[in-house]
Amino acid sequence: MELSGGHILVQCLKDEGVEFVFGYPGGSVLHIYDAIFHQDEVKHILVRHEQAAAHAADAYARATGKPGVVLVTSGPGATNAVTGIATAYMDSIPMVIISGQVPSPVIGSDAFQEVDTVGITRPCVKHNFLVKDVNDLAETMKKAFYVATTGRPGPVLVDVPKDMTDPNIKVPYKYPKKISMRSYNPVVSGHKGQIKRAVDMLLTAQRPMIYSGGGVILGEAHKELTELTQLLGYPITNTLMGLGGYPATDKQFVGMLGMHGTYEANMAMHESDVILAVGARFDDRVTGKLAEFCPYAKIIHIDVDPASISKTVKVDVPIVGEVKPVLEQMIELIKDSKTKPSKSALESWWQLIGSWRDVHCLDYDRTSSVIKPQYVVEQLYQVTGGEAFVTSDVGQHQMYAAQYYHFDKPRRWINSGGLGTMGFGLPAAIGVKLAFPEANVACITGEASIQMCIQELSTALQYNAPVKIINLNNRYMGMVRQWQEFSYQSRYSQSYMDTIPDFVKLAEAYGHVGMLIEKPEDVRGALEEAFALKDRTVFLDFITDRTENVYPMIEAGKGHHDMKLRVAPGTPVDRELS
Amino acid sequence: MRHIISILIENESGALSRVAGLFSARGYNIESLTVAPTEDSSLSRMTLVTSGSDEIIEQITKQLNKLIDVVKLIDLAESAHIERELMLVKIKTSHDTREEVKRMVDIFRGKIIDVTANSYVVEMTGQSSKLDAFIHGFEEGSIIEVVRSGPTGISRGEKGLHL
Ligand SMILES: Cc1cc2nc3c(=O)[nH]c(=O)nc-3n(C[C@H](O)[C@H](O)[C@H](O)COP(=O)(O)OP(=O)(O)OC[C@H]3O[C@@H](n4cnc5c(N)ncnc54)[C@H](O)[C@@H]3O)c2cc1C
Ligand SMILES: Cc1ncc(C[n+]2csc(CCOP(=O)(O)OP(=O)(O)O)c2C)c(N)n1
Ligand SMILES: [Mg+2]
Repeated sequence: MELSGGHILVQCLKDEGVEFVFGYPGGSVLHIYDAIFHQDEVKHILVRHEQAAAHAADAYARATGKPGVVLVTSGPGATNAVTGIATAYMDSIPMVIISGQVPSPVIGSDAFQEVDTVGITRPCVKHNFLVKDVNDLAETMKKAFYVATTGRPGPVLVDVPKDMTDPNIKVPYKYPKKISMRSYNPVVSGHKGQIKRAVDMLLTAQRPMIYSGGGVILGEAHKELTELTQLLGYPITNTLMGLGGYPATDKQFVGMLGMHGTYEANMAMHESDVILAVGARFDDRVTGKLAEFCPYAKIIHIDVDPASISKTVKVDVPIVGEVKPVLEQMIELIKDSKTKPSKSALESWWQLIGSWRDVHCLDYDRTSSVIKPQYVVEQLYQVTGGEAFVTSDVGQHQMYAAQYYHFDKPRRWINSGGLGTMGFGLPAAIGVKLAFPEANVACITGEASIQMCIQELSTALQYNAPVKIINLNNRYMGMVRQWQEFSYQSRYSQSYMDTIPDFVKLAEAYGHVGMLIEKPEDVRGALEEAFALKDRTVFLDFITDRTENVYPMIEAGKGHHDMKLRVAPGTPVDRELS
Repeated sequence: MRHIISILIENESGALSRVAGLFSARGYNIESLTVAPTEDSSLSRMTLVTSGSDEIIEQITKQLNKLIDVVKLIDLAESAHIERELMLVKIKTSHDTREEVKRMVDIFRGKIIDVTANSYVVEMTGQSSKLDAFIHGFEEGSIIEVVRSGPTGISRGEKGLHL
């Protein structure tokens, strides 16, 4: 079969089984768009800004486990996508980005809409390619998908100069079934001896903790993690990225750890003597002050990326490999082992944890006459039966979502953890809804974040992707305001906007339903009404407490045992706003 | 501690900038970097001199290995190895100093490869410290120009860094 470059690209996507490509046209990709016009197998989703194309594709990948695909033009198309690419990179999300480039003969001449896309994206992709010969196009695409989806996943960009897709140049097309690269051989199974050492250490622990992260979700190992944890009867905590890797409603789950983790999770980490870290990368939001991190613990770390191991925290038993096969082996060894976890040690450990749980660190004022953001998330949880896909933006609302929506399943919690990108939530919700048209998809956001990609309301209408937008409108960049309250004596420098749009009218202008909710007693009804409107996008503008803060909080430079808690659980917090 | 990292890397455009970019992005120190194709033209060999604590060197080698274009690497400092650097030096000479300069070059086993009435160009290879010593043997102002390749290295014994 002889095809031109544009048709080759589209055919590669078909051969990869790609359902959707999220993109935006422009000069250097017009040949590719013409090839897209000639078929309807691969559906193109026209976003309203290239950043959103990357976020939607990224969220599609997070929800399905399949790589997301993005198509953008050269120059501004590519630079607009960079924030979205970096977002995917920081959270290790498999994604393939095709960017147009000026024709190869004029590269380097400051041609119209030329930027060095390969250079600009180099630090925020797993790998990138510049195609120099149309005969290499299919193999390069195969490599891109292979690299993006194996080992530690990540975005891979393919930069395609316009002459590579010239409709008059046709070359034989063959999509490789398999590919191997001498320079890239990700490790799969872990070292047997190390796994044995790890199991011995785990079984003789007195105060064990399991700390799992995004690697469990990415590596489809939630079943194995759950089995191992329940086999041992040990407490488990998840990172923000790892939520849903273990059922949050199970009694062994002590909540999220880290800066806004629960009191019990952080205290248990601090006091633990053996920690099993599974697909988590000891991020600074998790560890707090490194010198005070887990002072009594021996650490076992399973990670597919050797560079994640002993990067910030020195570990005692490193295991390089995919979480799934490594956990399977550990389960076998534990079942066969004569040593069993010490019942009495475990009992007193759970007792201690129970006393930390009794602090009820997530309690908040339920009698308030203004809407508490936590209450909205709790009600959302109930109305959706805990089964919704929840995307979020970045800020306080993101933390409330993580703390009060209990994820029992993986791939339901879709947020930007590593880069913390405001603007992620709405396009992400659209990406998820397209993947699962029957599912409830909610985007928990704030009045500042939502305005960063608000234009995507238009995309949601065009592609019939009805999502529910839960705007926790505190009239502040709440997360910024909170830091300013704690660290800058409440000097709220630029953390609010003098003009906030009428979101109800805005939603209506985009062809959707808008709702304004101002009283706690209206929250439940509004949510029920919104979710009953199955095929409409509904923008729910909840006017929430302006002064609410996220607790617990480990402030910068503090250790896990040094948490700021809500002043007195259950009583309203009395704070003056200047 | 000083480390010499020897890298086999795909001979692709952009491969060098991936390595250089990694060092600047992560704030690692780079003392020198040499690169040239090998006998297999699809591969380049890169020699990189860096320094840092054991933890930093461990991260550097892991991060380098993570680059998709890197095929293999070794830290030469971990075992017996040979290290050489090439230097070209242009030295001012006068009727009075010519003999002295020539003697110095002989002591250091260098070669004079260009001569004018007022200058020599000297070629010298050796360990970097030897080249330093040669330079320090001259008075300030007598050296017109120094060009150094940066060290390259190879391990001792029959084992080698190849595919
Ligand atoms: C406002 C804000 C507040 C935050 N507060 C918190 C907080 O309180 N607590 C918190 O936890 N986070 C918090 N974060 C998120 C934080 O910044 C990090 O993104 C997060 O902690 C990283 O999660 P992780 O360690 O699970 O790693 P991920 O980024 O999910 O990385 C996954 C790890 O698993 C490895 N891996 C991938 N696939 C596999 C596989 N198949 N097998 C084995 N290993 C694999 C990868 O190599 C990597 O090391 C916050 C973020 C924001 C924006
Ligand atoms: C693109 C981007 N710019 C700036 C920030 C820094 N930042 C983090 S949270 C936040 C405020 C978010 O405000 P809002 O969306 O209203 O959420 P709230 O914290 O009030 O719930 C800002 C500005 C960011 N994370 N992303
Ligand atoms: Mg806000």
